[in-house]
Amino acid sequence: MNKFFIMMGHTYKNRVKSKSFLITTIITVAIIFALSNFQTILEAFSDADEEKKVAIITENEGWYQSIEQSLSTNENLSLHPYDGTLDDAKAEVEEGEYQSVVQIEQNAEELPEATYYANQIANTGNSEPVRQAVQQLKVQQVTERANVDPVIIEQISAPVSFDLVALEESAKSAEELNQTRGLVYVMLFFMYFSVIMYGQMISTEVATEKSSRVMEILISSVSPVSQMFAKILGIALLGLTQFSIFIGVGYLGIQQSQATSDGSLLEMFGLTDVEPATVVYAVVFFLLGYLLYATLAATLGSLVSRLEDAQQLLTPMILLIVAAFLIAMFGLGAPEATFITVSSYFPFFTPLIMFLRVGMLDIPVWEVILSLSILIGCIALLGWIGARVYRGGVLMYGKSSSLKDFKTALQLSKKEK
Amino acid sequence: MTLRLQKVTKKFGSFTAVDQLSLEIPEKQIFGFLGANGAGKTTTFRMVLGLLDQTEGDISWNNGEIGYGESHLIGYLPEERGLYPKLKVQDQLIYLAKLRGMNKSEAIKEIDIWLERFKVPEYKQKKVEELSKGNQQKIQFISAVLHKPKLLILDEPFSGLDPVNVEMLKAAVIDLKEAGTSIVFSSHRMEHVEELCESLCILHHGTPVVHGKLKEIKKTFGRKNIRIHADFDTEFLKNSRGVIKYKALSEGCELQIESEDIAQDIFGELHGKGFVRTFDLEEPTLNDIFIEKVGASYE
Repeated sequence: MNKFFIMMGHTYKNRVKSKSFLITTIITVAIIFALSNFQTILEAFSDADEEKKVAIITENEGWYQSIEQSLSTNENLSLHPYDGTLDDAKAEVEEGEYQSVVQIEQNAEELPEATYYANQIANTGNSEPVRQAVQQLKVQQVTERANVDPVIIEQISAPVSFDLVALEESAKSAEELNQTRGLVYVMLFFMYFSVIMYGQMISTEVATEKSSRVMEILISSVSPVSQMFAKILGIALLGLTQFSIFIGVGYLGIQQSQATSDGSLLEMFGLTDVEPATVVYAVVFFLLGYLLYATLAATLGSLVSRLEDAQQLLTPMILLIVAAFLIAMFGLGAPEATFITVSSYFPFFTPLIMFLRVGMLDIPVWEVILSLSILIGCIALLGWIGARVYRGGVLMYGKSSSLKDFKTALQLSKKEK
Repeated sequence: MTLRLQKVTKKFGSFTAVDQLSLEIPEKQIFGFLGANGAGKTTTFRMVLGLLDQTEGDISWNNGEIGYGESHLIGYLPEERGLYPKLKVQDQLIYLAKLRGMNKSEAIKEIDIWLERFKVPEYKQKKVEELSKGNQQKIQFISAVLHKPKLLILDEPFSGLDPVNVEMLKAAVIDLKEAGTSIVFSSHRMEHVEELCESLCILHHGTPVVHGKLKEIKKTFGRKNIRIHADFDTEFLKNSRGVIKYKALSEGCELQIESEDIAQDIFGELHGKGFVRTFDLEEPTLNDIFIEKVGASYE
């Protein structure tokens, strides 16, 4: 047991001190910081403060006033009546005097019709308010002609109130669903990130020891099983360190951006107040998911004798997590689909998809327990197979990159007595 | 603390790597374990270390099995370099020593002593990949003996070393033996084995073809060598009775003869032919024995 901790500590320390760890951590921290201050950064770069001058050419004084009135709340735009010809106005837009020019004419039905001229029309943020104002003007004209009471108009255009109420008492309310959706997103990201990154780390670690043949010495002093799990837990500790840094930085960043502006990233993901049970599920599924994939990665890593081959053998594992990722994405929109239910019992998908179901649906406890048991059983099975393959695999050298080696490795470690 | 192998057999599928091997390696001795490439030496070592399970037979040390509980008593120097290329020498040795049950401060002390002894204290903070092959081998050796094992397995310990360093490591091996370590030593350099080992075993296709004390092996081998330096052509000796092998040298020849008695006849044949500078009757070398026993099957 003591040696187990020595090995775990060694794996952890070595990785924490490595340059690649430092670099990925710093880069990710920078990204998180940028994301949590997204709005501040956006504001800093956007030219929102700058007032855009819009020239309006129209023969109808009333229309101008009506449009000016509807745009009076928009601080970004300032309207100016333009008396000259359209060509003059266009020239001035090109010179930069005006941001755009809008010509409002009367069509055959005596209704307003507008053309918007600007140097660039890619940014609909500028033209859209104007379009809405013209639209409003048109509605106003038509209704006036039909002698409709303005109060009725208002009633027509007011949005309808539409509330969602779940009748089952324990069903998730709309806010809860949003929260889970946010959590599932976060979980998807973390899971995907850890499997790809730490899974690769584990198999690289094993493959390095094998290719440098230090394995022969290690395996003669520590049993393969504790070696394998020392590695898995060492890397898990590393992951926890990294995630704590990320979450800490993210939290600080969010706190800070909340102080300056009110629309925070947390709200965007619906994470403002999450049910504790969901968080517990998230942690449990995450840890078990990590353990499952890490065991697989260590097993695969022990089969290769060169680092380059490790990548190749890891491909099926990465495909599995990609598949889980895609299914979970689909499941976010249709958590009740049979397909989702079935795949939530497949151990490699369980961590993401069962969590999604637990979070978004009201499913009986036995289903959760069943899937967890399958998952744990699968980890134990993989651990058992892994340890055997590991024992034989580490003594196997040569060109090896196929699953055929699985059998050879098992044979090597088999007790034939 | 005797290491005992009884009728040990290891099969890989239909291939038999080690066949009915029985050995007894007494304590405080250096035991030579020889064999051609692929004779089953490394497989035997791996079985002794418990990395592989034997198909049949028993391996016991000190009347017990060797398991992970005994790993702090065992030192192993594998044939191939087995070190972390990216780790510093000191960190590496500390880690490996800790895995063999040593504590850190003790390990640091021992590392300094050994590095000093091998005249490489300046490599303490260097990465292993920066060292030359020979110096890596010294570090590998240190990693095998640092924790003062009772049983030490050395698989080709002197490969890649220059003569000066070979002497240095040889002296260390002898010191360890004197201190009470049982050492199993494998090498392709017969003169090293002859110099260090009291008993030995030559493995051929997984079966021991020679096994016993070095002196007795030589005695029972029976054959002797004669080295002759003469001013005349000695080729006529090639077909004399009792001569097994004839090898021309620049100033004479070397003969392998069936037994000591033949030497008299040869000496008689040389008589009157001319001036004989050297007539030397020698014990057979281990090299001769090895080639005879192992090489025979290739002819």
